[in-house]
Amino acid sequence: MPEPHGALAQQFEDLEQQHESATLGMWLFLITEIMFFGGLFAAYAVYRSTHPEAWHNGSRHLDVVMGGINTAVLISSSLTMALAVRAAQLSKKTALLANLALTIAFGAVFLGIKAIEYHHKLEAGLVPGRFFTYVGPDLDHLQLFFLFYFIMTGMHAFHMVVGLVVLAVLVVMTLKGRLLGDFYKPVELTGLYWHFVDVVWIFLFPLLYLIGRHG
Amino acid sequence: MSTHSAASYLNASHGIASWLFTRDHKRIALLYLISLSLFFALGGMFAGAIRLELLTPKGNLMSDATYNKMFTLHGVVMIFFFLIPSVPAVLGNFLVPLMIGARDLAFPKLNLLSWYLYMAGALLAVTVAVTGGVDTGWTFYTPYSSTYSNTNVMATAAGAFIAGFSSILTGLNFIVTIHKMRAPGLTWFRLPLFIWAHYATALIQVLATPVVAIALLLVMLERGFGVGIFDPKLGGDPLLFQHLFWFYSHPAVYIMILPSMGVVSEIIAAFSRKRIFGYDFVAFSSLAIALLGFLVWGHHMFVSGQSMYAGLVFSVLSFLVAVPSAVKVFNWTATLYRGSISFDAPMLYALGFIGLFTIGGLTGLFLATLGVDVHVHDTYFVVAHFHYIMVGGALFGYLGGLHYWWPKLTGRLYPHTWARLAAAIIFLGFNLTFFPQFLLGYLGMPRRYHVYPEEFQVLNVFSTAGASVLGIGYLMPLIYLLWSLRSGAKADSNPWNAKGLEWQVSSPPPVHNFDQVPTVTEEAYAYAPADKGGS
Repeated sequence: MPEPHGALAQQFEDLEQQHESATLGMWLFLITEIMFFGGLFAAYAVYRSTHPEAWHNGSRHLDVVMGGINTAVLISSSLTMALAVRAAQLSKKTALLANLALTIAFGAVFLGIKAIEYHHKLEAGLVPGRFFTYVGPDLDHLQLFFLFYFIMTGMHAFHMVVGLVVLAVLVVMTLKGRLLGDFYKPVELTGLYWHFVDVVWIFLFPLLYLIGRHG
Repeated sequence: MSTHSAASYLNASHGIASWLFTRDHKRIALLYLISLSLFFALGGMFAGAIRLELLTPKGNLMSDATYNKMFTLHGVVMIFFFLIPSVPAVLGNFLVPLMIGARDLAFPKLNLLSWYLYMAGALLAVTVAVTGGVDTGWTFYTPYSSTYSNTNVMATAAGAFIAGFSSILTGLNFIVTIHKMRAPGLTWFRLPLFIWAHYATALIQVLATPVVAIALLLVMLERGFGVGIFDPKLGGDPLLFQHLFWFYSHPAVYIMILPSMGVVSEIIAAFSRKRIFGYDFVAFSSLAIALLGFLVWGHHMFVSGQSMYAGLVFSVLSFLVAVPSAVKVFNWTATLYRGSISFDAPMLYALGFIGLFTIGGLTGLFLATLGVDVHVHDTYFVVAHFHYIMVGGALFGYLGGLHYWWPKLTGRLYPHTWARLAAAIIFLGFNLTFFPQFLLGYLGMPRRYHVYPEEFQVLNVFSTAGASVLGIGYLMPLIYLLWSLRSGAKADSNPWNAKGLEWQVSSPPPVHNFDQVPTVTEEAYAYAPADKGGS
């Protein structure tokens, strides 16, 4: 990720060129992320079409209430992230700090709920590999579903952890009096990343939790 | 401009730290040049072991298991750690900012990071040579790689995975730089074709590499945790791995060849003293190759069990790639027509590229034909075909570019006679090595075996003899280029009398490239005032 801290780097002519480059760089980075998750989603689609029964069956094992709460939490964090960008642009230091802190808090709540869900799956013997002790029909394909559940949500959670670290850095920078007014760019770029991670979840939630719930 | 500047990028600061922590795109290019040369030598040694074993029909040098590790390491090192970075990481890094009139790439720190990622991945992968080896072939096909191989697949796959991010960052840096940092007056259609080629390459790097990253990650997860993502026993599908793998690894062929095509465009124009014939078509053919390259991966899987319908579609799409490729070859040839041609070493490599790439490309059409592919699949015909593209194409472009811009990189001239001789020896050695392999493959010799029936020995002896000649050819530039650093004549800013912004700064260039940002008022390759031959 580009890291313009406000001052003009020597390779650029002016701040506008520097800001435009940083923004384009971040969008390109997000495109690589889409391709990365895209490979996973493609694999998911292939196996769901070859094993529809197992996928529906597996989906019914997921906790839709916890998943639903987490979806609401994450959407709220996107709102506070957007408000943080606005506060940085308007040089409102207190509002910026408050919104960054709220975003971090929502992210932490999400990961906490996710951890509880993972723990429940471990207790139920639904973690693939040697922990897979669940007893029922068509176990192999059920295990395949849970493989994808853990890989996809795990990869998403990893991206959230990275996002939380970056947000923490932004908090430190704000306390030092940077990121305000003309120097808001890092907040905006982090916001783009954070919204992207949220959007991934918006796809994961129905594809994993809801497909077994109709009919 | 001055012919020799007191503070060039080479002597502006001293000490190992000034290199290891540099953000100067030119120094990073040299870091890549040194490390890539080492890995090329290593990959070459593995190739030497293969050719030595194949000198005789019996396996009298190494066991089949060792042989499997040799060709795997040769492929892994040459593809992931030499060919994919080669032209972009060395010449692209050095030249993209210079050619567009910028002081550096858009993200110099990311550029340095990409070198460290490359080194981490490459070193991790080559350590397996002494920690159990790897025998899956560079393609890591499942379920062999994920379940059955007893070799160190994890470290190799992790190395390729890490180096992938280096490639992504390089591509991202180039796209942003080319979009946002061109000098005033340097419109898209005044850009050197080298830049167009690197732009198209960067698109592939950014779009395709993440997919192989996830594919390798899934293999590592499956192998590490004993779960069955691609394991048929658990409902997984080995073919899915092949789809994900080739979705990157076929476009990766164009990551290797497109930058070399950009190099060839520069050299052909400079040594024919003409504008490239049909500039627009050559520029767009790079983008067309990048785009079509994404739609042909299934031609690696004609006999893997994909549907007949999919095979037909991939066959037709593969034929389409020949169109933009041929546009380039015809337009380079047309550029030569009535040019005032000089046969310096870079031009010899460029002309060699045109001939060898044409052979490699045409045999690619044989392989895209479903019926023929069934006959020659997994034979030496395929090996010969892709070496004509990878060595005859990509490597010739790399060597040609290295010779063309060496005076700019180092400020020194190399002995031209030796350079011409080396180019000729490499050309002869290459053809002697790989042309017999077309015949061997057509006669039915399968690839990846360390023993073969006795009737194939004569052609294999030719091939091994050619590899020896090729090895000598590779050593020659190593010697005279290193010699030139100390003893070569000093180069002025434009030793070839060529067009392009990179030739307007001193050799070697100053740290920040341009004292003041240049303004561009003419098209690329404005060699002749009234260019009736151009489009």
